[in-house]
Amino acid sequence: MTPLLELINVDARYGPFRALFDVSLSIQPGAVMALLGPNGSGKTTLARVASGLVRPSAGTVRFDGTDFSGSETYEFARTGIFHAVEGRSIFATLSVDENLELALGRGRSRTEVSEAKDVAYALFPRLAERRNQIAGTLSGGEQRMLSLARVLAEQPRLLIADELSLGLAPIIVDSVYETLAHIRDAGTTLLIVEQHVGHALAIADEAVVLAKGSVKYAGAAEGAAAYSTI
Amino acid sequence: MEKFLSALIEGMSFGGVYALVAVGLVLAYKTSGVFNIAFGAQAFVSGAIYYQLHNRSEWPIIPAFLLAVVVAAPLVGAALDRMLFRHLRTAPPLSRLVVALGLLVAIPEVVGLFFKVTQATQYKGIVPGGEIVYRPLSGVAITRDDLSIILSAALVAIGLTILFRYTSLGLRMRAVVESPRLTELNGIRSDIVGTTAWMLSSFVAGLAGVLLPTVFQQVSVINYTTLLTAAIAAAVLASLTSIPIAFAGGIGLGILQQFVSRYLPTGNVFASNVKPSLPFIVLFVVLLFKRSLSYEQGLKDPLAGVDPPPPVPASAVRSRELTIGTRIFGFVVGTWWFYSVLFLWNDIWLDRTIRILIYAIIFCSIVVITGMAGQISFAQATFAGMGAFFSAQIATKQGVSVIAAIFIASAVAAVVGALIGLIALRRRGIFLALATYAFALFFDNTMVRYDWVGGGIFAIESQRPVVGPVDFARPVPGSTTRDTAFLVLVLVVLTLVGIAIIWMRNGTTGRFLDALRGSETAAASIGINATKARIIAFAVSAFIAGLGGGLLASYKIQFSSLDYKAELGLFWVVIVVTLGPRTVEGAIQAAAGFVLFQEWVLPTAIPWLYNHALPFADITAISIGWQQIFFGLGAVTYAKHPEGILESNKTASLTRVQGLIDRFKSRRDSEIETASV
Ligand SMILES: Nc1ncnc2c1ncn2[C@@H]1O[C@H](COP(=O)(O)OP(=O)(O)OP(=O)(O)O)[C@@H](O)[C@H]1O
Ligand SMILES: [Mg+2]
Repeated sequence: MTPLLELINVDARYGPFRALFDVSLSIQPGAVMALLGPNGSGKTTLARVASGLVRPSAGTVRFDGTDFSGSETYEFARTGIFHAVEGRSIFATLSVDENLELALGRGRSRTEVSEAKDVAYALFPRLAERRNQIAGTLSGGEQRMLSLARVLAEQPRLLIADELSLGLAPIIVDSVYETLAHIRDAGTTLLIVEQHVGHALAIADEAVVLAKGSVKYAGAAEGAAAYSTI
Repeated sequence: MEKFLSALIEGMSFGGVYALVAVGLVLAYKTSGVFNIAFGAQAFVSGAIYYQLHNRSEWPIIPAFLLAVVVAAPLVGAALDRMLFRHLRTAPPLSRLVVALGLLVAIPEVVGLFFKVTQATQYKGIVPGGEIVYRPLSGVAITRDDLSIILSAALVAIGLTILFRYTSLGLRMRAVVESPRLTELNGIRSDIVGTTAWMLSSFVAGLAGVLLPTVFQQVSVINYTTLLTAAIAAAVLASLTSIPIAFAGGIGLGILQQFVSRYLPTGNVFASNVKPSLPFIVLFVVLLFKRSLSYEQGLKDPLAGVDPPPPVPASAVRSRELTIGTRIFGFVVGTWWFYSVLFLWNDIWLDRTIRILIYAIIFCSIVVITGMAGQISFAQATFAGMGAFFSAQIATKQGVSVIAAIFIASAVAAVVGALIGLIALRRRGIFLALATYAFALFFDNTMVRYDWVGGGIFAIESQRPVVGPVDFARPVPGSTTRDTAFLVLVLVVLTLVGIAIIWMRNGTTGRFLDALRGSETAAASIGINATKARIIAFAVSAFIAGLGGGLLASYKIQFSSLDYKAELGLFWVVIVVTLGPRTVEGAIQAAAGFVLFQEWVLPTAIPWLYNHALPFADITAISIGWQQIFFGLGAVTYAKHPEGILESNKTASLTRVQGLIDRFKSRRDSEIETASV
């Protein structure tokens, strides 16, 4: 079976600084992979390579068998990759409604867009109440909800979630993970970058542990716990 | 009632002009994140093309309009985006402002290479029979041209409002301004959206460009830039976001101006000055009271962290040997220069050297405000002018010694500088820059006319100082004495200013400013008082500019407000930013560039080189416009090289030399090692 996402001997740099060294990994369709590692180990960089934000300086990125190594970010997005980036992943100057409109608007007719938005609002009534609020003024938890709402409404093929639980209260973290499980059940493949090792490994089938930009462990999720004593 | 109505209607036709430009500015800011101070220059391009086609080559209106506005203007916009702004989508707003400033300086001169601006009069607008007058009511008159301006402005405003309210393109443009990468993650091509935005706003600029000359009857870039100031007030009133408010603000300002000029008593200086300065007053009031312009936190692109950090400045890559080496080199060049000026070269070079040193002092003020504080001030020429005018006034009228007068005048400039810093305090940097621009224009248009500032209709003169036994008087022509005393004086002042800057940079204020340049929020959280540091920077900068301005006036004795015009101040920023805004060294380079380019490089050096390289060529001089083009395009690189092109080239070559030194050293070390083994 062709892997959905495949990174082969990938190197990545920021100017003169090298952040990834010869990293390889592959995710099967429908799987959930946890990406673990201490601070500064290159998890975010790897996520960025997988969504086209950072172009690898060497190596290959394949999505569903097609080579994407030199492609633009929007091409990654159009094949069905969605990257919920570390920190703020919504447009702070746009309203909640405009954020959804922007995320769901491409390639849909007017009525289809409003149907998709209704799906999102039905799942998160909190957002429906605030549809005209400027998204930058939403609370941290509500902002995560907004980025997950668009995922639920659209069902991308691969969701890359970078530190979704960062700065959230434990109860909210639980609900975020419930939503992730929901998204997985609907058929989306997941790549979850996490500091909360316990949470991530609970949902993951496979895990990759990075250290100083190289892969230290790749395999079943159960085996990763030993490596990720951070 | 008749008077009221006719003031209303006439105000509206002027207001239509403001409204169109204000809407264009808001559009550009909203869709590209650039405060397009070059909007007027872009408008001028289309105005010139239209005039060339319609007036001079007698093309019919429609093809001329299509080519000038529908084809040429968006093409210019697309080119600017592809070549410049596309690479700046994640750059800070102030860098983008500097790039636009470079364009403002360069574009008109580029147009001037092809288009003879002189005699571009009797402009014919885009509606046939534009001069036909309608009289809807008795005593109320409006021409067809005026009507076309109001109508176009209204149509543009309505069209853009619809674009932003109801279309996905408008939404995407706003998204790209906030974060091009986040937009791409949604599957949208940010480069295409960005280019479209530039084409659209350039189209509006082009439209303004062919409509506005009917008001002035001629095509001249000055008219466009003057208009810009009134439009800025309206655009700021709209917080640079709301198209309808910008439109209403523009119209309102036009009407207000008409009322003021009709109902205020005529005949005194104050009343006659109120009308031209109204836009600046409005802008100031808006900046002072409008809360939504305040500093927004956390609105940076969340994906700015994907870019690698900018390269380190030259001074940081040098080893000790190299620093000493470059210092010795600089010292040798300086000594050689001064020896030549004193003993070998003629008085022309002495004069040039003195002026270079004086401009270096003025440019040091830009080093403080831009290089250290990271703010852009467009009022440095005005602060210099304050130093000049006030010192001349105090010295001639009160009989105070000139040196003391210059200090007093600079102190006044410093207070005004601090006040401007205070007004624009909690505003985003872009509004601070606009406040300084408004102040500069206000001073130019209004203050200079007062007897106690610029001397009104009587020109004022400054004097040469006398300090104890030393008389700095200008030598009588034909005598053997030279102006060397003044040379020493300015050299001493420049040295003191340089020491003060270095002292300030290494002191608390400098550290604070460094931290503020990084991140305001972060700096505030570790207890750095942004307000105080920034106000100090503004005051010090204005003081230094005042010193230089006062010295320049004293050196020239006869001087005029032309030496300190606001446009000149813009050009100074451009030239310093191009040649090195971070160091005193950079200020001296910029001053040398400013004086020598115009007086020696373009008229003498380049033709000489050219004629020698091509034996049959015989050119006598290069158009002075090339100076503007050269430095304007230089400033365009600011976003990539915030330390200045010269500085960044220096870094590059220094890194190379450093590499050689290191290699040499390591080889020597390994030789020593092998020897000791
Ligand atoms: N824009 C950048 N320019 C230069 N270096 C960068 C840049 N972004 C990241 N790095 C460096 O790359 C390395 C990997 O960073 P990355 O953000 O991928 O780590 P991470 O594993 O996500 O860490 P964390 O758990 O703290 O989020 C770090 O050493 C970081 O300093
Ligand atoms: Mg990270």
